[in-house]
Amino acid sequence: MSIIITKDLNLYYGNFQALREINLEVQPNKITALIGPSGCGKSTLLRVFNRMNDLIEGVRIEGKVIIEDEDVYHPKTDLIKLRKKVGMVFQRPNPFPLSVFENVAFGLKIHGLSRERINEVVEESLKRVMLWDDLKDKLHTPALKLSLEQQQRLCIARLMPVKPDILLMDEPCSALDPIATQRIEELMHWLKQNYTIVIVTHNMQQAARVSDETGFMLLGELVEFGMTEQIFTTPAKRRTEEYITGRFG
Amino acid sequence: MKKLSPKITQKIVFSLLSLATLLAMVPVVLIVLIIIKNGLGAINWEFLTTAPRNGMREGGILPAIVGTFCLVTGAVVFAVPVGVFAAIYLNEYAKKNWLTRLIRLAIINLAGVSSVVYGLFGLGLFVIFLKFGASILAGAMTLAIMNLPVIITATREALANVPQSFREVSLSLGASKWQTIWHVVLPNAIPGILTGIILEISRAAGETAPILFTVAAFYLPGFPTSVFDQVMALPMHLYAISTQIPNIGLDVRYGTALVLLGVVLGVNSVVIIIRARLRRRQKW
Repeated sequence: MSIIITKDLNLYYGNFQALREINLEVQPNKITALIGPSGCGKSTLLRVFNRMNDLIEGVRIEGKVIIEDEDVYHPKTDLIKLRKKVGMVFQRPNPFPLSVFENVAFGLKIHGLSRERINEVVEESLKRVMLWDDLKDKLHTPALKLSLEQQQRLCIARLMPVKPDILLMDEPCSALDPIATQRIEELMHWLKQNYTIVIVTHNMQQAARVSDETGFMLLGELVEFGMTEQIFTTPAKRRTEEYITGRFG
Repeated sequence: MKKLSPKITQKIVFSLLSLATLLAMVPVVLIVLIIIKNGLGAINWEFLTTAPRNGMREGGILPAIVGTFCLVTGAVVFAVPVGVFAAIYLNEYAKKNWLTRLIRLAIINLAGVSSVVYGLFGLGLFVIFLKFGASILAGAMTLAIMNLPVIITATREALANVPQSFREVSLSLGASKWQTIWHVVLPNAIPGILTGIILEISRAAGETAPILFTVAAFYLPGFPTSVFDQVMALPMHLYAISTQIPNIGLDVRYGTALVLLGVVLGVNSVVIIIRARLRRRQKW
């Protein structure tokens, strides 16, 4: 049973068509990677799923997006509920200029969850991203003093109290060095047990390493979608092959 | 003509820049020094804690100090909420269209209207039409209106300086727009907003024209008991003794000016300390 389904999805920025007839199904508890050259629409597609594109003026969407059996673009969709269900990790680590603790507790503050369990929830959240052991004595240091890798982990931890089912990751490692990247990838493997992950990445090796399924996008189209191993070893389309063998991109 | 070497050009430019900075500092330093030198002699316990006597030539200026405090407090109470909320609306909610641009232009132009015009406006609206009479209420509201453009502009700038990514993260975590503004945008904008408030306080305490017709009394040795009372105020008192009272000592005038400076500086330091505390709490 697919957790995200798009049907004939078109997206326009004014007169520019950024997504063309996208039909995609994302499976639960799997990592789905979206690859493709800059400007191919992969980040735009990611931001369709939690409706972050709504913030941009002049965006128009046709077609259907269904997440957990609910029509995301139905006029009565509760955006708050949707975004609680579909969390997002951004390209640059972007913790708030607050302490580690306050960052993780932000979701609790917003959603008015019980204050007495706050310490417990913060601990649990930091454990889920494997930061607890490093930071348990530094909960009140400014988040921006952490290393970039720790900041990105913290941004993932910040999502945990909101209890999402789906994590959207928009090039989460592009600001990190190779070792930090590897460690975030390990974290993604571990998170897969409990979350569905959709990751946009520039880095084809990363897609090949972490994902179960991969979609290749070009000029707003989803050229090919399938099992990661198949996409990288025996792509069905010539354009996919050209891209993954590095002939363009 | 032979071109100057970059090194020499750099030296000339640097000297010009330093000179300009120096020239900008000289008047400030001179004003403060002259007022202190001429006014310090007048400052004593009696001057600060009693009412004027003998046709305002002797005694103290306490009623004017109290009056200025009332007016500044009133102006802040009225102008800050309205100004901050208007700025939030304009920066966070209003669509970016010609109407918003027009409103913005109007606000910027309001800041340029001379203060005596605000005084006349306050006289017409608050004193006469709304029948507040010459009163603290009318004076404080006139000062508040005069200061709205400053507060709105400072707040808008402070809001615009909060990185867009903070808003995005907050919304992506399922916060509503208002929660995002309240929990994320405003806390990060408060230092800038406080700067606007500092400017407001200085102007509200120092302006004479807006309070001339709306509240300020020439000589009123008592203290106000309600917001519908008139009060004396420091700038008005300074104007009055400098122009209307013959044979008054120079030191009384400079002393009054020094107290006015001191009051503004005192109130502003409180705000500056709060701002510094908040900046430290913000963990950049």
